[in-house]
Amino acid sequence: MAARTPASAARRTIATPVILALILLGLALLAVGSGSRPFNQTMIDIFLRVVLAVGLYIFVGNSGVMSFGHIGFTCLGAYAAAWLTMPPMMKQTLLPGLPGWLMETQLPYWAGAVIAACWAAGWAALFGKILMRLSGIAASIATFAMLAMINTVYSNWETVTGATSSVVGIPIIRSIWPYLIAAVVAVFIAWGHAISRAGLALRAARDEPTAAAASGIDIARQRLIAFVISGAVMGMGGALFAHSIGVVTPDTFYLTLTFTTLSMLVVGGIGSLSGAVLGVVILSGLIQGLRWLEAGVSIGATTFAIPNGLQEITLGIVMIVILAHRPAGIMANSELNWRRARPEIPDDVPGNMPTNKE
Amino acid sequence: MQTLFDALSLGSLYALGALGIALIFGVMRLVNFAHGDVISFAIFALLWPSIDAVAVVFAGYLPWFLLIPFVLLMGAGLAVLSELVVFRRFRRASPATMMIASFALGFVIRYFLLMLFSSRPKSISLLPSLSQPVEILGARIPLLQVITIVATILILLALTAFLRRTRFGLEMRAAAENFTMARVLGVRANRVILGAFALSGALAAAIGLILASQTGTVDIQMGAAVMLMAFIATVIGGLGSLSGAVLAGFLLGAASVVMQTSLPIDARPFRDAFVYGAVILVLIFRPQGLIAARGTKERV
Repeated sequence: MAARTPASAARRTIATPVILALILLGLALLAVGSGSRPFNQTMIDIFLRVVLAVGLYIFVGNSGVMSFGHIGFTCLGAYAAAWLTMPPMMKQTLLPGLPGWLMETQLPYWAGAVIAACWAAGWAALFGKILMRLSGIAASIATFAMLAMINTVYSNWETVTGATSSVVGIPIIRSIWPYLIAAVVAVFIAWGHAISRAGLALRAARDEPTAAAASGIDIARQRLIAFVISGAVMGMGGALFAHSIGVVTPDTFYLTLTFTTLSMLVVGGIGSLSGAVLGVVILSGLIQGLRWLEAGVSIGATTFAIPNGLQEITLGIVMIVILAHRPAGIMANSELNWRRARPEIPDDVPGNMPTNKE
Repeated sequence: MQTLFDALSLGSLYALGALGIALIFGVMRLVNFAHGDVISFAIFALLWPSIDAVAVVFAGYLPWFLLIPFVLLMGAGLAVLSELVVFRRFRRASPATMMIASFALGFVIRYFLLMLFSSRPKSISLLPSLSQPVEILGARIPLLQVITIVATILILLALTAFLRRTRFGLEMRAAAENFTMARVLGVRANRVILGAFALSGALAAAIGLILASQTGTVDIQMGAAVMLMAFIATVIGGLGSLSGAVLAGFLLGAASVVMQTSLPIDARPFRDAFVYGAVILVLIFRPQGLIAARGTKERV
């Protein structure tokens, strides 16, 4: 056993974020190389989901507490980005209730994203202070109530959020690089937190709460730290989400997105950073393939198309099959590393094709 | 008076939903997100597949004494099927995995309905004679509200009798309290779980029936809203505790209706935010729920 100083922990585990970053870079180069606009947009969506899934992993994966509320921070981040980067003229007509100084501000998108992340982190600190006193299923439901509260407020505060109507006029960023950078930054933040004192303490508390508490770990405090960091990453993801489509509505950031993000994390492996990234890449690849089939594929003279709705049904069935065979997710609790660049899967487990396909 | 009836009938819906979720949670620690979609499915079973705005009624023409059992059977059937096909494979999985699997199943059911019926809401007149108002103590109450409340009370009484007086009910309560111990003492686990699914499916179908006749429309999303509140009620009531689930369901219904009438006009659109805020407060003061189920305490 080597001495477990943070520096040695960093050296032992640095391979994971580097491999993940290289995978993401490879995808970005593929998109740029293909030169196709729709493919580029698909890749941007994947990077956004990576940011969200990794943000969720920072809290859920390390603390073991399921959260349904994190998309609320994405909502906060997206609207903050809208407030900060829309042209003042548009804000006056769409969002007349904004305070004067905010009305005048128009920042570049990256500055907006950083402030949006801080804004979301601030709210995470506030909510977290209250919620982290809970644990187990009660905590999950409380985060869910938080999501519903955020959604209700944003759906009804006519003059500041435009209520349920879409807020348009957010500058659209079509280049793939900012999204790639955000995804890589999210991965490194998650890794940095996981090997930090707080991250180690939190995982100890997840696995052995009693022993951890007896060793002097303040569980609520460690959870709060993870909650705030993951809130910031979710907020950043929300800001970029807004810039990728140029429109925000409160319902974009509600149950559907919550469950897609959660599903990707769980399918990938809830306790693994690599799982968060691979879950997104694999499920997104599957969704894209099915959409492609839905649009119709020409083979020879005839076009084959699967009926509408079958895409979602297949996706649901595939998720159930993956989970039935690998209940801990594709990566289980392991991480990608140089020594075995491929995820470790015993050969006798049937249904291990999803990873090999990648 | 009107407020009281509103609160009671909304509370009935939440209570029935919470009961369906609590039954399954009790025996297998599964938070069943597919429950809302079972609600929708049971009621869509009455219709012939079509994408028109007016529902093409198929089995809906049955007289009421056949129609109600038919819908209940559909709900129970789907729930049992979901256990046999899906959840049986997840016995050893963690609660998070099971939850996501149930969500994926709900997704499959919803899009299956979407494929057959499209996502447009449909108008349907189910049991139209029930929408006439009746006079009770000087207030005009829709007959349906009265029936909803009475039916809920009857269902609750019947369920209590079933759980307390029959052998199967005894086994189910034993399993809810301590599943491992119940198995050791000879309770047949799979049979009890199937029973719980059947009951929960039938409860879901009952909610579907009430909702469809109340609103006169059916839509593939209709189960979701009730499900969310029911889910919250289950937790506030104390997960696994059936009486807690019912109590919390009624409380949530009452809280929603009372806030609707008592909040200042400006704050009314934010009603749900206040309801959810109250939920967080309750959880902070009683994280184990209003009525803590035995055997769910965190042990050291």
